[in-house]
Amino acid sequence: MLEILGKTNFDFMGKRTIAFLFSGIMVLLGLIAVVQISRGAANLGIDFAGGTAVQLKFEQPIRIDEARRALDANGVSNAELQEFGQENKLLVRVKASTTIEEKTAERVMAVFTKDFPTNKFVVDASTEIGPTIGRKLQEDALIAVVISFIGIILYIAMRFELRFGVAAALATFHDVLAVLGAFYVLDKEITLLVVTALLTLAGYSLTDTVVVFDRIRENLRLRRRESEEATINGAVNQVLSRTIVTSLTVVLVLIPLTLAGGEVLHDFSLALLGGVIFGTYSSVFVASPLLLLWPGAAGRMMKRG
Amino acid sequence: MKKVSGRFAVLALVVVLSVVFFLPSYKPLYQALPDWARKVLPDKGITLGLDLQGGIHMVMEVDEDRAVEIAVERSVNSLQDLLVDKKIPAESVKRTGPQQVTIQFANGELKAQVQKLLEDYPTFFEAEAAGSANTVVWELRDTEIKRIKDSAINQALETIRNRIDQFGVSEPLVQRQGLKQIVVQLPGVKEPKRAKDLIKETALLEFKMLDEDNQMRMDFPARIPKEKEAETVRQFEAKVPEGDQILFERVFEKETGREFRVPYLVKKRVMLTGDVLSDARVSIGQFNDPYVSITFDSKGGREFERITGENVKKRMAVVLDNTIYSAPVIQERITGGRAQITGTFSTQEASDLAIVLRAGALPAPLKIIQDLTVGPSLGQDSIDKGVQSTLFAGAMVVVFMIVYYRLSGAIADFALVLNLVCLLGALSALNATLTLPGIAGIVLTIGMGVDSNVLIFERIREELRQGKGVRLAVDGGYNKALLTIIDSHVTTLITGVALFLFGTGPIKGFAVTLCLGIAINLFTALVGTKVIFDVLNQRPKVETLSI
Repeated sequence: MLEILGKTNFDFMGKRTIAFLFSGIMVLLGLIAVVQISRGAANLGIDFAGGTAVQLKFEQPIRIDEARRALDANGVSNAELQEFGQENKLLVRVKASTTIEEKTAERVMAVFTKDFPTNKFVVDASTEIGPTIGRKLQEDALIAVVISFIGIILYIAMRFELRFGVAAALATFHDVLAVLGAFYVLDKEITLLVVTALLTLAGYSLTDTVVVFDRIRENLRLRRRESEEATINGAVNQVLSRTIVTSLTVVLVLIPLTLAGGEVLHDFSLALLGGVIFGTYSSVFVASPLLLLWPGAAGRMMKRG
Repeated sequence: MKKVSGRFAVLALVVVLSVVFFLPSYKPLYQALPDWARKVLPDKGITLGLDLQGGIHMVMEVDEDRAVEIAVERSVNSLQDLLVDKKIPAESVKRTGPQQVTIQFANGELKAQVQKLLEDYPTFFEAEAAGSANTVVWELRDTEIKRIKDSAINQALETIRNRIDQFGVSEPLVQRQGLKQIVVQLPGVKEPKRAKDLIKETALLEFKMLDEDNQMRMDFPARIPKEKEAETVRQFEAKVPEGDQILFERVFEKETGREFRVPYLVKKRVMLTGDVLSDARVSIGQFNDPYVSITFDSKGGREFERITGENVKKRMAVVLDNTIYSAPVIQERITGGRAQITGTFSTQEASDLAIVLRAGALPAPLKIIQDLTVGPSLGQDSIDKGVQSTLFAGAMVVVFMIVYYRLSGAIADFALVLNLVCLLGALSALNATLTLPGIAGIVLTIGMGVDSNVLIFERIREELRQGKGVRLAVDGGYNKALLTIIDSHVTTLITGVALFLFGTGPIKGFAVTLCLGIAINLFTALVGTKVIFDVLNQRPKVETLSI
C-alpha cells in the first residue's frame, strides 16, 4: 500500500493563530481588490469594463515599442499591448473610453496595414464590448456569486449545522478573496473567465471542506469524551491523506492546462490552481478552526446529524 | 452473491448510447459510415463554439426612438400630400419632437379644416394646449409608440434573417434577447467584415428630387474628401433653404480608386422608398460595370411612372442610407416599373446591395453593443492546445492513480474513461455547444471524478486497517464515503447551476459541462466502479485487495 502520509498527528488547531494571521492578510488583499474593482481602479478585462481587443498574428516578429508608437501616432492612444510567446502574436486592448461606433478595431487594423506594410497579419480575434454589456455582466456575475453562496450555506446548514455552513462559507470566501487578491497584486486582468474560475474554485474548495467536515461530524458523534478541539484535530489528521491526494489529482490536471492550454485558458487555469491550493489549506487551517470560534461551541457536542 | 448482471447491463447500455450520440460529432468517422447507419444514427452532435471554430457573435440594439421618429416623418410626408390634395394652403408641416407634428398655416380660419384631417390619422391625437391660433400640434399615441417599437425589433430580426440567408452561412443564429436586443451568431464565417457590413446596413432606399434652382447659389466645392462631410454640412447649413438638405454623392477617382464626395442640395420630401421594391438583381452594363436593377411592385411601378412623368428633364437622386448613389436626369416618363441604381460598384458591392435591397430595409439603425470575432486559425490553435493539454493531464492522473492505488487505481482509471465517454455522449445528445471554457470544465470534471474514487479508496483502506475482510471493507468504504461524495458534489452542483442561470455565452458552456460532469461522476463512482469490485469479490476466496 503506497501512502504519501502514514498516520499523522499534527496539531493543526494549535496553529490557528498563525493561520488566522496569514489568512487575514490574504483576505485583506482580496477586500482591497474588491474595493478597487468597484471603483474601476483594478485591471478589469474589457468584457467587464467595455472596450475593444484585437489579436493579430503577424508573419514576422513585431516589436512592441514600434507597434505602440505607430498606434500613438495614428490617434489610437491608451492602448495596452501584449505579446504572446514566439508566435508573433500581438494583443491590442483599448478600454472603456471608446464606443463601438468609433470602430476602434478597424482603426487598429488600418494602422498596422499602413505602418507595417511588409509585415502581413491575420486577425485572430477581435472583441468589442459596449459599456452597457459590461455593467450587465458585472451584475450577473455578482448575482451568480450571491445565489451560489446562499445555496451553499443553506445546504450545509441543512446537512450539518448552522456553524458548519457559516464556517464553510467563510472559508470559501477566504479562498476566493485570496486568489482575487493574488491576481490583483500580480496585476492580472480580471476577465469574465477569471470570475468563472473564482466561482468554480469556490465550488471546489467547498468540496474539500465538506470532506473534512464530514469526518468531524462523524467523530463528534462517536467520541463524546474528548474535547471538541481534540476531536476536530483528530478528524483533520484522519482525512489528511485524502485531502492531499484529491487536491493532488486536480493539481496534476491543472498544471498542464496552465502551462500549455493556450493563452485563453492560462489565467483561467492559474486561478483554479491557486484556488485548489488555497482551498486545501483553508479546509484544514481555516474552516476547521473556525468551528471552534462559534460562540459557546467548545465542548458542546453535535445535537443532530 | 450479489447480482451484478443487471448493473452491468445498465453500464453497457449507457456506454453504447453515449457512443451512438457522440458519433455525429466526430465528422471523419461519421462520414465514413454507410448510408443506412447514418440514417439510423442521430444527425447532430456537439457543436463547436465560436471560440473553437471561428466566427462572429454580435449583440445589437435597435434604435427604437429613431424608429418612432421615422414613423412620424413618414406621416409628415403623407400629410403634406394630403394637404395638397385637399387644397389646404398650409405653410409648413414639420416633425417638431420625437413624436410630435406641427402644422402651421397663415390664416386662422383654416384651423378647423386642418383639425378635421386628424380623422385620417387615428394613431395621432391633437395636443390642444400646445397649439395656437395658427398652428395645430399632433402627437403620436402611446399605444402606437409601443407598437412601433415592438414591430421595429421584429422587423429588424426578420430583415437580418433574410439577409443572412441570402448571404449563405451554415447554421446561423439570429434571435431576440431580452426586450430590444438581437443576437447574431455566424459560425465559421470567412469574411467577417463583409458579413457585418451586410447586417448593419440600414438599407433605406429613397428617391428624392435635387433642388436644381437653388443648387447654383450654394457655391459648393466640386468635390470633398470622404471625411469632410460633417464639416461641409456645418459650413453651408445656414444657406440651406427651408425643406431642403445637403446630401453627398459618392464618387471614385478612376485612376487611383480614391473615394470622394460631391455635395448636392436635395429636397427633403421623399418621392418613393425601397419598400415598394419587388426585386433587385445585379446586372452588368455595357462597359462591364456592375449595377443593380430594381423592379417595383405594381403600386410602386405606377407611382414611379407618375413621378418620372411629372419631373421630366429634372434630376432625381437615388439615396441609400443618406448617401446619393446616382442622380440621373429623368429623360422621359418611365413605364414598366423598372429602374437602375448605378454608381461605381465592385461586383461584390453590387451583389451585397442587391441582397440588402431584396431583404428590405431595417426599420431603424442598429447599434452594435457587443462584437466578438474569432478567426479560424485561433480556433484551431485553441482546439489543438486544449485537446493536447487535456490528454496530457488525463495521462498524468491515470498514471498517478495506478502508481498509488495499483489495481484499484486502474479501476478508477476505467471510471475516468467511462466518465469522459458519458460526458461526451451527454453533450452530444443535448446538442450542446462546446466552448474553450467547456473543455476546461471537462478537464476539471476529470479531476473531480478521480476525487470520488480517492474518497472511496481511502475509506476502504481505513476499513482494511481495522482488520475487516475485503468484501466488508469494500462495502463499508462505499457506504461511508457515499454521504461525503453526495454532499461534496451537491455543493459544487449549486455553484454550477448558479453559473448556468446567470452566466452568458462561454460561462454557460462551462456550467453545462460542469453540471453534467458532476452528475455523471456520481454515477460512475457509485455504480461503475462498485460493479467491478463486486465482480472481483465474487471469486470464491478473496483475501487481498490491490489498493
